[in-house]
Amino acid sequence: MSKVELNKESGPREVFCGLTSIVWLHRRMPDAFFLVVGSRTCAHLIQSAAGVMIFAEPRFGTAILEEKDLAGLADAHEELDRVVNDLVSRRPEIKTLFLVGSCPSEVIKLDLATVAEKLNKRFLGQVRFVNYSGSGIETTFTQGEDGALKALIPLMESTEDEKLLLVGTLANNVEDRFKKIFNNIGITNVESFPPRQSTELPMIGKNTKVLLTQPYLSDTVRDLKHRGCEIIYAPFPLGVEGSIKWFLAAAKAFKINELKVHEVIVPFANRARQALEKHTKILRGKKLFLLPESQLEISLARFLHNECEMELIEIGTPYLNKDLMEAELNLLPDDTKIVEGQHIEKQLDRVRASNPDLVVCGMGLANPLEAEGISTKWSIEMVFSPIHGIDQAADLAGLFSRPLKRNQILTSKTLATH
Amino acid sequence: MELTLWTYEGPPHVGAMRVASSMKEIHYVLHAPQGDTYADLLFTMIERRGQRPPVTYTTFQARDLGGDTAELVKRNINEAVERFKPKTLLVGESCTAELIQDQPGALAKGMGFDIPIVNLELPAYSKKENWGASETFYQIIRTLLKDKTSEIDTINPQRWKSFGRRPKVNILGPTLLGFRCRDDVIEIQRILSEQGIDTNVVAPLGSSPDDISRLTDADINVCLYHEIAETTCEWLKRNFGMEYTINIPIGIKNTINFINEIHEKLDLPLMNKEDLEHKSKLPWYSKSVDSNYLTGKRVFIFGDGTHAIAAAKIAKDELGFEVVGLGTYSREMARQVRATAKDLNIKALITNSYLEVEDAIKKASPELVLGTQMERHSAKRLGIPCAVISTPMHVQDVPARYSPQMGWEGANVIFDDWVHPLMMGLEEHLIDMFKHDFEFVDGHQSHLGHTAKKAPDFKEEEDERSNFNIQKEGGVIWTESGKAELTKVPFFVRGKVKSNTEKYAISKGLPEISEETLYDAKAFFG
Repeated sequence: MSKVELNKESGPREVFCGLTSIVWLHRRMPDAFFLVVGSRTCAHLIQSAAGVMIFAEPRFGTAILEEKDLAGLADAHEELDRVVNDLVSRRPEIKTLFLVGSCPSEVIKLDLATVAEKLNKRFLGQVRFVNYSGSGIETTFTQGEDGALKALIPLMESTEDEKLLLVGTLANNVEDRFKKIFNNIGITNVESFPPRQSTELPMIGKNTKVLLTQPYLSDTVRDLKHRGCEIIYAPFPLGVEGSIKWFLAAAKAFKINELKVHEVIVPFANRARQALEKHTKILRGKKLFLLPESQLEISLARFLHNECEMELIEIGTPYLNKDLMEAELNLLPDDTKIVEGQHIEKQLDRVRASNPDLVVCGMGLANPLEAEGISTKWSIEMVFSPIHGIDQAADLAGLFSRPLKRNQILTSKTLATH
Repeated sequence: MELTLWTYEGPPHVGAMRVASSMKEIHYVLHAPQGDTYADLLFTMIERRGQRPPVTYTTFQARDLGGDTAELVKRNINEAVERFKPKTLLVGESCTAELIQDQPGALAKGMGFDIPIVNLELPAYSKKENWGASETFYQIIRTLLKDKTSEIDTINPQRWKSFGRRPKVNILGPTLLGFRCRDDVIEIQRILSEQGIDTNVVAPLGSSPDDISRLTDADINVCLYHEIAETTCEWLKRNFGMEYTINIPIGIKNTINFINEIHEKLDLPLMNKEDLEHKSKLPWYSKSVDSNYLTGKRVFIFGDGTHAIAAAKIAKDELGFEVVGLGTYSREMARQVRATAKDLNIKALITNSYLEVEDAIKKASPELVLGTQMERHSAKRLGIPCAVISTPMHVQDVPARYSPQMGWEGANVIFDDWVHPLMMGLEEHLIDMFKHDFEFVDGHQSHLGHTAKKAPDFKEEEDERSNFNIQKEGGVIWTESGKAELTKVPFFVRGKVKSNTEKYAISKGLPEISEETLYDAKAFFG
């Protein structure tokens, strides 16, 4: 492992909780509904993060706990039953209903697993119920997806077939592209998890080779291992080099010659590097500070340093799984400062002291930092935009070069004297 | 337990944040788990604020729950006081912290700080955002002024005369994330200063704890938004005898009533009474001939209590609309909204469910919807023009330009905002004249951006919501002549004509609708 500098920090945090991942999960699986069992705060959080009003009726909602539900637990279970009944009869197109635990439901120890079990019996053959926690006391932002995927694993049937399983939500166009490239490389049996329909879960077993598309899936990986799956460790497919190494790792696991991979990928890679150059021109030598939020920070930093030649000041991450991240850490320059956890005030002190050219941060912090004269990129865009793969490398770099370019335009003095 | 897909109001601690973020030299320690920081983005993204809300989140995690979360609270309070040096500290909890009962307010009071500490107890499982804002504002005022109650004699609103100065008032209620508060304050101050009245303090927006301590220097209070400031105004009246205004200056009549009310309370002669009618362009624009077409336009109104009530009065009395629906999500103001609805001979809709509101809009088949951003979306789906009159806030509700709702300029803004989504009078007339010409494209929308895809036709009505199956009423059949005649009806009223005709046919027990049935129904409904 390279000699990166690992630090831990604790204190007040400025991050989303796991409920936020519902925003992209429900889009990935249009036949699923996500029912948060929580408070008005949970409902308000999701609608604020997701811009819910564009939907006639969204495929997620909150069963809001009220005072009378907190008085006795038996009531809360009955009430939840009633809400689910209403929902299922209103929305007959729902095939899978996720009961999502929240901070308040965890604290009052509402047993969603038992509720799900009962509902599964009652709605057998009609709707499947699974439960997981997206609570802020246990999960940060993207970890909500980890919980949701882990909850689906017991529903996946077993198979001996050899296959490549891509794990982690991908934009549909990126997924198609990946499958095509794998096909050209010679890996033809490729499936995705989560699938595009919640009912079309892939089968898994000891000949399933798992290739992660997202770095935040620690619990899912553990359970897939228990089911006998082989995990392919690799850097994540962000940027040209990251994606090439990712394809190579998969090819190696399938005993496909490296040359075959290069033969397929080189034309794509050359094209992508060319597209990347116009962004690198802007990003080269600029100082980058990443605040923790999505767990994508380390991979993004690796891409922005190695391919876009940015200087790394500090990489914040809410959580660091050294096994999954080892391949990434090895690609970082020595003495890169990584901070796991957060004390938001102390970290902002370091941001100001280090005079960065660009800060990657959450939406709550972006405008205040801009007002101090520091350019920012909001991190939530990384989980909403198609950024994976060779073809998207320039788009990914564009997310970071745009604020710098804009800053340049707005501070340009050419028109000022007229 | 209540199933909520979308909510008009956030939890009460977000209301507290609105008050804290509106003020200066104040800090709010919120006992809350990871994730509750989402509320910051309401201020930094929607309001485009260049400062973080002055809030420290204790960020407790599951592993802290077994241990000493009270210690965590104290550590955060200490750090916040040391770092931000507030002149007043607010301490409270969000929904989850309420369950673990650390009582952070009491903890803070025992820590020996020499600044006032406001203990906020906002029941997250029964109350909502506006209540939280109101309670927070009230608790701040009470904490900072309670020692003065014995020192100060009852404040006579006419005392300014004997003090040998101009009368002065406090403007209470404007906050961040309140609908056009920023500009309403400017407009109201302008109106007051024209009348020779000074502003003592505006609060919460822009005020500091020091400003709060000198609220009692004013002669009366202006209660600008009942949702936020009424409790506070009542307390100031009870304890200091400070009178406060009831009229909300939205619309011409209300603004004039407001000015009269202030003058009466202050016993200040109103010098320019006749001028007031001409301060805004609304009365003339509404009277000008192009506005004839506004007469009897069916309008549906939904919003917070203050804005919904004001909108109903303006719609009826100043623009000559017919109000066919009125409702609010502000349960605290249900009584007043019901009273206004009663005056209009309609039944008020008090609900927090946007789907219920959308259904009510469908049933009322209005020609214009005045609502929140959610009603704007519902109206868009229904193909009905809409203007936004109330919170919850959207980035579009914080325009760069000066755009108040209150006072004279507010009335100008309202005229433009409500009338522009409609077809202009002359334009409507011309379309009616030329609609049979071959150049005329059915569904013509002139300058309007919205689509009229909801104009009903005889294809199976496709609803975006797969779960809503619109029942064909009683299965009445349209004959070819009936269908042909219906297509000649201008598209923007076709929906109403269709449903009225069907209603008529069912009530008369007719099995089918012909051309003549359509005219019978037209005559019947008038």
